[in-house]
Amino acid sequence: MGDLQILIDAPIFSVQLLLDGLLIGAIFALVAYGLALEWGVTNIINIAQGDLVILGGYVALTVYHLGVHPLFGVPIAAAVLFCVGWLIYRTVLFRVIDRDLFTSILATFGISILLQQLIDKVYGADVQTAEANLGTLFLFDNQITLSNIKLVAFVVVLACGGLLLWFLKRSRTGQAIRATAQNARAARIMGIDTEHVYSMTVAINAAICGAAGALVVMVWVIQPFIGLAYTIRSFMIVVVAGIGNLGGVLAAGMGLGVAEQFAGFLLGAEFQIGFVFALLVVILVVRNLRLARKREYLH
Amino acid sequence: MVIGIGVAVTLLVPLVPLFQPYMIQFAMLWVLILMALTWDILGGQMGYNSFGNVIFVGVGMYTTAVVQREMFFGAEYASVAGQSSLSLVDYLTGLGIGMGSGAILSVALAAFLGSGILALRGHYFAICTLGLGVAAGELASGWDYIGAGSGLVTPLPPDGVGESSTFFYYVFFVLVVITFMLLRWLYSCRFGLAINAIRDDEDKAEAMGLHTTRYKVVAWCVAAFFLALTGGAFGNLMVFIDPTETAFAGATFGVWMVLMAVLGGKGRLWGPVIGATVFHVLQETFWTYLFGWQRVALGLLIVAVVVFFPLGIVGWVRERFAHRFGEAVDPAARTEQVTLGDGT
Amino acid sequence: MTVILRVENVRKTFGGVVANNDVSLDVQAGSITGLIGPNGSGKTTLFNSIVGFHPIDGGEIWFGEKKLSHRLTPEIARMGLLRTFQQTRIFGNMNCVRNMQIATPHANDSFRTMFSRFPKAVTEKAEHLLEFVGLYSKRNLLAGDLSFGQQKLLEFAMALMNEPKMLLLDEPTAGINPTLINGLIDRLRRAREEFGITLFVIEHNMRVIMNLAEQIFCLAYGELLAEGPPEQIQNNQRVIDAYLGAG
Repeated sequence: MGDLQILIDAPIFSVQLLLDGLLIGAIFALVAYGLALEWGVTNIINIAQGDLVILGGYVALTVYHLGVHPLFGVPIAAAVLFCVGWLIYRTVLFRVIDRDLFTSILATFGISILLQQLIDKVYGADVQTAEANLGTLFLFDNQITLSNIKLVAFVVVLACGGLLLWFLKRSRTGQAIRATAQNARAARIMGIDTEHVYSMTVAINAAICGAAGALVVMVWVIQPFIGLAYTIRSFMIVVVAGIGNLGGVLAAGMGLGVAEQFAGFLLGAEFQIGFVFALLVVILVVRNLRLARKREYLH
Repeated sequence: MVIGIGVAVTLLVPLVPLFQPYMIQFAMLWVLILMALTWDILGGQMGYNSFGNVIFVGVGMYTTAVVQREMFFGAEYASVAGQSSLSLVDYLTGLGIGMGSGAILSVALAAFLGSGILALRGHYFAICTLGLGVAAGELASGWDYIGAGSGLVTPLPPDGVGESSTFFYYVFFVLVVITFMLLRWLYSCRFGLAINAIRDDEDKAEAMGLHTTRYKVVAWCVAAFFLALTGGAFGNLMVFIDPTETAFAGATFGVWMVLMAVLGGKGRLWGPVIGATVFHVLQETFWTYLFGWQRVALGLLIVAVVVFFPLGIVGWVRERFAHRFGEAVDPAARTEQVTLGDGT
Repeated sequence: MTVILRVENVRKTFGGVVANNDVSLDVQAGSITGLIGPNGSGKTTLFNSIVGFHPIDGGEIWFGEKKLSHRLTPEIARMGLLRTFQQTRIFGNMNCVRNMQIATPHANDSFRTMFSRFPKAVTEKAEHLLEFVGLYSKRNLLAGDLSFGQQKLLEFAMALMNEPKMLLLDEPTAGINPTLINGLIDRLRRAREEFGITLFVIEHNMRVIMNLAEQIFCLAYGELLAEGPPEQIQNNQRVIDAYLGAG
């Protein structure tokens, strides 16, 4: 806890952590919104969510290695992952969608292991990053550094979120998705092709992950085996914010980002991932205890 | 009779020279069976699918190793680690006390965690335990007292023990037999019925006045007890304890125990045993022929089993050959109309 | 006659919706009491409040000398106040006899009984009660394989197995084959006479409830509309209006 003294002596440093946390947290929020979408519509909790993010990161990395600016990796990764998501639904998920939740959790767990091992085979286990070369902002007499790519990533996250919202509200497919989320059987009776809706939802979620992964590779690092942490982060955010609450998801995501930055700084970076997972346990138990007072439990 | 022959054969396996080089694989089979059996208490019989049971393996493993270290070596451990400097009696005493304290600590941990976490339902429980397992591994990787990320070395077994893999083969075999018999008994008494009722409809079980929390916590404690013993011995068999690869190995043992139970047949006594055996054979085959790709194959196997074979081996066999198991019900009973006299 | 269940000014809201408002009623020990009302009038909510399925927002509930208002469902069940569900709930992957066995009273459970086998007497009683509701020939079937009506009978038998002092039945005849209804009415009466269980019954079938109950309460829009013996309720203009949608 010696690092706490640094924060007290140099309060400006906590502003640095705060800003980093908020900007990273926005990406978590985007991934979480995808998870919530898939959860709400198909009733599947996708354990492979984080691995899709990482896969998106590697797609963007490939683009970067081809000599293209990594920002173009965002739409490319989204497009590639859209196809991957569609494929995952058509090969595996459509078979488990009507079964109990544990089945789909275990199936997506299997997909998660499959993805991370394949990535490991293709790209190796090294930690990698893509340099965006957009320069760095220096604030408060150079006491705070902020690479521009983080700000750009934040804007891209907001743009993706806005696009998604517009799509769900306005387009025919989006409306069909929302109808199915509310009542799949009724939607089917009204002539909505729910199979199409499900595959689109899973694909859109994967595309969101892809875009988020492309951002992660620029602002942070990627590695084949860190996907699960993203899944857990998004799950936590959704549990706190609730399904289908975009503002809440954004707030919870940024809150988590900040909490993680501070925890990583105070406890040491080696405990940052442990902190995320421990926080999940605490949040679930506390939320359940609060609900238990109303004699309900998490649904 | 059949069981007697089985036990005799199992006891004789280490004496066959042909099997000598593979004793560690045979010992490993018992470990996997123990893990699958204990996972099934919650996952199969009670409907609480845990991805975090590895924490009890890890706690047992570390406790045993730390007890051994503190009892015989103390501060200068680092310099003598990996050398056989214990007498047979000392080694066995240390191992016994270590495993015992590991089991006690694990049961206490299960009781403490269980009262909070077992209140979570369904997928929340599954994901919460997943987080628990990873968090424990990360904590162990950063804790210097137990060697942090560089791991911990257990004392080497002295010469009197004989081949260590053979010694642990017998240790694990005894554990398997005890666990199996205990579970068979537990599933046949009120406890088994109660946890089955919790699996089928927990709200109804509560509405009937069942002490659901008590049953759930006890079930987890039973699993924790045997997993800790397994972990304690397993750490000594491996000699080296890595925090996330052997102790809190969520990515391997944590997933395997689920897969083995599902593969063999969830909620059936023999299911996990058969599942673990089949899995072990499959896995060793992957290791030989798919060098480098075995983890990929594991992912595929999970998806395939879950999607195409949810009943598991035992479940499938029992459904297919129901009459052999005396489970087929007289079709007349199924179709017979219920009548109630008017009592007049 | 003594009052076994006393509901005093109970209020329950879900968000802004008032499901029960200021409901007060007494159930006499040893009686068969009916609870009727149009759909959505708050009958099941009242049952849920009584057995502690959710906390109430106001008022008090007394079971004999004991106050129920803040107790939890399992505890209330062990005190001898049991309910059955409208959407029947049984343990689907266990056979009928096992369903019955696990329904034995749990008031005296200890860590020792947790690991004991069921005495022969329990199994015999289970089979006897299955016979009582006409399910004996199906005793080895999985409960989940029974038809809805048969599950309803099984749930009733499980409730009897639990030896409650009082039983809340949520629409016991819904989904039951009409030819069995007279038999079921007989079983309900015998549950009171032979086992001494006070019955509190939600029922939509007027023929059944008028035939069965000695005292009837009628709820409408979450409030108590009328109470009295069947003849009186049948002729109560406000009850008739509530059912026909007037007023």
